Amino acid sequence: MQVKTKSRLKFLISSVLIVLFAYILSSGLIVGDYKISSIGEITKLGLDLKGGVYIEEEIKGDNVSKETIERTKQLIELRVNALGVNESVVTVTQQNRIRIEIPGVYDAENALKQIGKTGKLTFRGPNNDIVITGEDIKDATVGVNQQTNQPVVQLKLNEAGTKKFAEATQKYLNQVISIYMDEERVSAPVVKSVITTGEAIIEGSKDIEEAKRLAGIIKSGALPVELVPATVKTIGPSLGADAIPTSKKAAVIGIALVMLFMAIYYRVPGIIADLALAVYIMLTMLIFTTVLKATLTLPGIAGLLLSIGMAVDANVLIFERIKEELKLGKSLRTAVDAGFNRALPSILDSNITTIIAGLVLMWLGAGQVKGFALTLVTGVVCSMFTAITVTKFLLKNFVNSNWIDNKKMYGA
Amino acid sequence: MLKVVERTKIWFAISLSIIIVGMLMWAFKGLNLGIDFKGGTVVTVKMDKEPDNGVLEEIRKISAKYDSSSQVQKVGTDEVTIRGNAITDEQIPQLYKEIKDKFNLKQEKPRYTDRIGPSIGKELRRNAIYSSLVAVVLMLIYISLRFEFRFGVAAVIALIHDVLITIAVYVFLQIPVNSSFVAAILTVLGYSINDTIVVFDRIRENSKKGTFNNRRELVNGSISQTLTRSINTVLTTLFTITALYIFGVSSIKEFALPLIVGIISGTYSSIFIASPIWYVWTEKKTA
Repeated sequence: MQVKTKSRLKFLISSVLIVLFAYILSSGLIVGDYKISSIGEITKLGLDLKGGVYIEEEIKGDNVSKETIERTKQLIELRVNALGVNESVVTVTQQNRIRIEIPGVYDAENALKQIGKTGKLTFRGPNNDIVITGEDIKDATVGVNQQTNQPVVQLKLNEAGTKKFAEATQKYLNQVISIYMDEERVSAPVVKSVITTGEAIIEGSKDIEEAKRLAGIIKSGALPVELVPATVKTIGPSLGADAIPTSKKAAVIGIALVMLFMAIYYRVPGIIADLALAVYIMLTMLIFTTVLKATLTLPGIAGLLLSIGMAVDANVLIFERIKEELKLGKSLRTAVDAGFNRALPSILDSNITTIIAGLVLMWLGAGQVKGFALTLVTGVVCSMFTAITVTKFLLKNFVNSNWIDNKKMYGA
Repeated sequence: MLKVVERTKIWFAISLSIIIVGMLMWAFKGLNLGIDFKGGTVVTVKMDKEPDNGVLEEIRKISAKYDSSSQVQKVGTDEVTIRGNAITDEQIPQLYKEIKDKFNLKQEKPRYTDRIGPSIGKELRRNAIYSSLVAVVLMLIYISLRFEFRFGVAAVIALIHDVLITIAVYVFLQIPVNSSFVAAILTVLGYSINDTIVVFDRIRENSKKGTFNNRRELVNGSISQTLTRSINTVLTTLFTITALYIFGVSSIKEFALPLIVGIISGTYSSIFIASPIWYVWTEKKTA
């Protein structure tokens, strides 16, 4: 095959592939039984886009051990799950605060109450005398009563608990033993038989969900530390509902303007830069969603859009050099080669300086600063990569294809 | 060829006057520190229609019951924010309910609420300043190694210039300074250094090739050669960020506006501040 034909094929196939991938990633694809999700579907949305409650709890007291913090975190997880929300996230921050994100819940007051309970669990007899406490309980799980098909909570008591509970159930047979979380009564089952095995079941839950919640409360027990809410945010449902479509609109218009500008100003290389920009957008989005598993937040959208505007910079540098070489009277092929080589040092130096700043911020920065730096570094590396490889590959093959030889179409 | 270095005094005068006015206002009026930095509570309410001054006054009366020092402000077209130091987590729902009942609002919940303890802001500020300083020092070292020390210093001065201009925007427009402020400053920092290096790289290349007769022509020539690139890159960046400013929700707008100015300043300073500083300095050295 001639060089010309080869280059034509290479160019056509890769352009079609880029457009195809862009289409699949933006709107997904269903082939028979297989479904490829669109990038929108696999992107995890941050709390500021979904709406919900965000809390940071400060742990009171000095020299709290790592284990205690970890235990507190787990207990809070149980309590948050008891609110009946999926996808809640509980993490320990660098400053040893406990960060709680609960999507879809807008009642911060209630969430705070639920989390901040000192969590003293007591079983009390009819005279309000304490029968057993949370410390006597080994485990609480959810099961189903075989006869009634009703959900129940199964309790396992430890040795001391078994003894105390056996005495109490004998004393209060056919009476009510109430379960209290602090001063709130969460359940009030009637003692139906004397329990000596240390295994009891609590009936009366309406459904599995309620039984799960009760089991969660019983198991979560007392928190080992005192918590003070340092930050409480609620993002109302209307904010996310507005933020997503407006950002989408801004993204579409912004990207379209960048692409139009490149195509009009740089002609052939500009259109190739647009293809490379499409690769850049796909690459960064894929890295964010699959490798870094980052959640998309409102500032994240802003950062991503900003990086798209800046990503064409390397292309601009290269094309300006090609223009200069063409003006010196060089042939198209030589000019393209020289353009890439000449632009490379400034692309490298300018981007490496930015990457240095980004890495320092990733290393030393806290919270949002860290996240921002990660976006910055990923964006810069991806834009360098696409300009040096994708633009180069496409442009060289296009030039070799001899479709358009007029130097004016390359900016001369 | 552009005559940039000949008019160095003009460029410095323009920048200095903006910065001095900005800093004076900073000293007298101060930054509008948001709750991310000083702690406190903010409640954003979405009104069903654009609130007039009468409505704002009514809301002010309601919020004063909870916190007499609270501030009520209109944001965007139909949002109102209430800021205060003494509004507790428990009071937020009551406060919203009163406003909702008064104006028959459709939204069941406030659009956004945020309460931050004062300790968090201090940490954020210290961390941002500290990590940026380390980043600047490392960039200075890298530029000194790859180019020369004077390029590094000139680039850092241009950086400080851009950061000060961006801060001036926050002061002039009294935009609340929150954690997005940190991101805005860092973005300007990254953009500005990138832009300056491209010009310096051209000066280095031309000086090696010996294209120009003297240093004045060298600087002017290199700036002229990179000018189209500088303008085109700032344009494409402005396309996306301006689209965000026009269409985005109010918190995005607050972030986008200072960025627009900071990025323009980054381009300006790479041409009119960084290169002239290097020129003046090297001329003095050799004179």
